[in-house]
Amino acid sequence: MPAYEIEIILNRQLADCLSIPVFITDTKGNLIYYNEPAEEILGQRYEETGEMPVETWSTVFKPIDESGNVMPPDDLPLVKTLKDCLPYHKTFRIENLMGKSEKISVTSYPIIGRANRFLGAVAIFWKAKEE
Amino acid sequence: MKITLRGVRGSIPTTGPDTKYYGGNTACTEITEDGCMLVLDGGSGMQHVHVDRNSTNKRIDILLSHLHLDHIQGLGFFKPLFDPNMEIHIWGPASSTRSLHMRLSRYLSPPLFPVVIRDLPCKLVLHEIENSVFETGPFKIQSAFVLHPGPTVGYRITSKKSVFTYLPDHEPALGLTGILKNTKWISGFDLADGTDLLYHDGQYTTEEYKVRIGWGHSCQQDTLLFASLTGAKHLLLAHHDPSHTDAQLTDMFLSLQKNNNYPFKYEMAVEGMEINLP
Repeated sequence: MPAYEIEIILNRQLADCLSIPVFITDTKGNLIYYNEPAEEILGQRYEETGEMPVETWSTVFKPIDESGNVMPPDDLPLVKTLKDCLPYHKTFRIENLMGKSEKISVTSYPIIGRANRFLGAVAIFWKAKEE
Repeated sequence: MKITLRGVRGSIPTTGPDTKYYGGNTACTEITEDGCMLVLDGGSGMQHVHVDRNSTNKRIDILLSHLHLDHIQGLGFFKPLFDPNMEIHIWGPASSTRSLHMRLSRYLSPPLFPVVIRDLPCKLVLHEIENSVFETGPFKIQSAFVLHPGPTVGYRITSKKSVFTYLPDHEPALGLTGILKNTKWISGFDLADGTDLLYHDGQYTTEEYKVRIGWGHSCQQDTLLFASLTGAKHLLLAHHDPSHTDAQLTDMFLSLQKNNNYPFKYEMAVEGMEINLP
């Protein structure tokens, strides 16, 4: 398999240096990298799982809106970014496989590289204040 | 494919008695095969690229890795650009903001240079490239963006029987943990994969690199690791730091030999060196 585009590699190297959870996907939404802080959210280690198809990693946690309803994928920032190549931000709750619920904020942005090519997306998660 | 190194120094020409052996001219490599010529980068070494005036081939292709001054400062002194019988093709990395013509014009125009591009008498064709594949003469050329500040490409040049990879300014180890062992995550890997000859940035010692991370260049130890991971058969360490004298470069190389046991051939690039690949 060919090496990733330089813009993807640079995003991974940056994520490696950050203390906030970062997820990097390809243009299809497959999870190609997540850093150590993100491992806590997924409950799995990148060194063990490697890359994860979108069907697998999207089921690891359940997004819930303010009313406690499961959010449709199209409302999630990362999915929206993958769809129209724009940055998004949203605060919502997630429930992991253990049933633990947390309020989080997610910011996603598209990786649009040189020559304006769309190469993937990045989502940054952090815990939001419980009201 | 005959490869002649016309300039192997990084950053700034450093001509003098202390740099006489390895050479002081900045980046330029000449490649010929079947009467066709490629010139990789237009540093000050370009002044020593000479074209056979009796040759029936009136085309030269100049492949720029990027537009830092040490890679283009020789362009204005390249005689074929001033010959109306010559057809010169310049290939350089695309930018998302300015055209190659506009970026080259920053240097090739007053007050930095007396002649503007449009007044060059040769037939000049500019090509903007990114992750591209193209052919000229007997050469199949692959370019790809690589880790170095500003739009920068490396080249993989395939001739009839051999492959030459040119990565003069490259920092694949940039990051928290250096070069990642999974080759999918290594800048420039596809260009150098299994190459016969790898010309690669090796500007710093390991100690020097520690305080120059992010400057876009490699320490020699990382360059050896990169060459090893790509399976290169022969490595030339280049882009010598302008502060390194001949004596220091020789010491650096002896130290590398002492501390490494890589199975492939590696050596320091020397200005004027000629290598024939089958």
